[in-house]
Amino acid sequence: MIRQGRCWKLGDNISTDHIISGKYKFEAINDINKMLTHLFEEVIPGFHKLVRPGDIVVAGRNFGKGSSREQAPRLLKMAGIGAVVAKSFAHIFYRNSINIGLPVVISRKVPDVTQNGDVIEINLVEGYVKNITRGVMEPIQPYPKYIGQIVEIGGIVEYIRRYGRPPWQEATR
Amino acid sequence: MGLIDRIVSRSLQKDVSPGEIAIVKVDVVYAQDGTAPLIIDVIENELGMGKLAAADRSYLFIDHLAPAPHIAAASAHKRMRRFAEKYGVRLFDAGYGISHQVVVEDGIVRPGMVAVGADSHTPTVGAIGAYATGIGSTDAAIAMVYGELWLRIPETVKIVLSGPIPKGVYGKDIILYMVGEFKTDGMIGKSVEFHGNALKNLTIDSRMTITNMCTEMSAESAIIPVDEVVLRWLDEHGYSIARKVDGEDLGEYVDVIPVEVSRLEPMVAAPPDVDNVATVGEVEGMEVDQVFIGSCTNGRLEDIEVAARIIKNKKISKRVRCIVSPASRRVYRDALKMGYVDVLIEAGCIVAPPTCGPCVGAHMGLLAEGEVAIATTNRNFMGRMGHRESRVYLASPATAAASAIEGRIADPRKYLS
Ligand code: SF4
Repeated sequence: MIRQGRCWKLGDNISTDHIISGKYKFEAINDINKMLTHLFEEVIPGFHKLVRPGDIVVAGRNFGKGSSREQAPRLLKMAGIGAVVAKSFAHIFYRNSINIGLPVVISRKVPDVTQNGDVIEINLVEGYVKNITRGVMEPIQPYPKYIGQIVEIGGIVEYIRRYGRPPWQEATR
Repeated sequence: MGLIDRIVSRSLQKDVSPGEIAIVKVDVVYAQDGTAPLIIDVIENELGMGKLAAADRSYLFIDHLAPAPHIAAASAHKRMRRFAEKYGVRLFDAGYGISHQVVVEDGIVRPGMVAVGADSHTPTVGAIGAYATGIGSTDAAIAMVYGELWLRIPETVKIVLSGPIPKGVYGKDIILYMVGEFKTDGMIGKSVEFHGNALKNLTIDSRMTITNMCTEMSAESAIIPVDEVVLRWLDEHGYSIARKVDGEDLGEYVDVIPVEVSRLEPMVAAPPDVDNVATVGEVEGMEVDQVFIGSCTNGRLEDIEVAARIIKNKKISKRVRCIVSPASRRVYRDALKMGYVDVLIEAGCIVAPPTCGPCVGAHMGLLAEGEVAIATTNRNFMGRMGHRESRVYLASPATAAASAIEGRIADPRKYLS
């Protein structure tokens, strides 16, 4: 899987509340579509109008910290974000992203050299992340088997729809 | 091997090691009304599953918006009740209690189990020697449908709590100190395992406060090995160990960190983040508009007891609202029996039903612009308890109670003889 796009650069400790404030989680508890216009609203005003399909978020440490709300990665994906690159991720956000098929990539170097608007490429086949604008490339750890299969197909629900079982269960045929 | 690796290995009957992706059979999966609606969407609409392999191990809680403060919540709750009925899942309705409290006190999660919860504070449950970790809604859906899910086995950091615990210092002060030291990303990708001679003086109630806030250091999980204190607690409640796992220290940790608790003082986490920690002396005198004693962090019987002890025969300051919410119906009933509720009401407190409401800024005591609260909860992010220009200080129930009397942040030690 290869994703290339324009970057939105963010700092350390971007919480699930920064991504989508908890108050909308409760107000729009039954309908995630209603939350979309509030995505990143306190961090990047007007984000939902400015974001373009394929854009990539690049952030610092502990991206997605805070609550377990899965609306956070779901809304990023719904808004067209192609991948999130960060120095580290909060573990529930990381899991949630994998499960819904949003590629999340851990990178030590690239976030430090990246600025808003740079063109970023992630290549999960060859295993690297690259800031094309700055000419900086960094190898990334390949996903473990099941994780790679889930991300590749676009999420675990997609996988189950396609194969009738989660990736770790043997095909019975 | 850390204790968590051993619990998973024991459950799977094969050895796992840190960093490995394991397919884990879950003993308990639970969710709350903030995360359950999306679980229902995934199971019914996205996957179209008619039944759950783990229905008898799945639990739903109405605790975040309990009882429903608006129609959107009411309809989410209605969906949860219908789902629970249809799939044969046990639902704990509004008023029963906060999920992490109830799964422990009702003996749903027991030592040696693997428990997952669609809530970030699931590590709370590790206080009784279970492996408990937070997950998302799709995760919970998968766990309910298949009874298993993928987990990355975390590396373990051993924290050794030692020394006698000074007067006025509680589990909350110990964990606030640690969050201040290790910072909000200090334990990212790791689980925390507690050892040390201070543990023998920490009850299950206090231990749950400590494991609860390991989430604030980004720990994936937290665990305290089964010891005398746990065994006594199990015995008193008529519960048993689910799986006996050797808790002996085998020395294979990524880090071993000593924490000397005898030198600690009452601590406070000032906004806007949980690692912005000070001693109570450094923030003493700060005027507060609201005091909240409750939540999955500090809404247990010993928390209400210390608050009542400090407040007894006194009045709450006229300038504050003091809201006390026991973490479960059982705690509420015990607090009533012990006379604590009476003391608190006499003094002018509002004793609310069990709910997450004030902790998460959902209902029952939101803050207006510019208001300041001192709360026994676990998060003080911008706008957490209401208006984005309101501020929350986190502290122990003793510090919160002392502050309620004075209307400003106060040192609880002068009220403790
Ligand atoms: S009391 Fe607060 S921290 Fe605990 S589960 Fe409820 S909302 Fe979350």
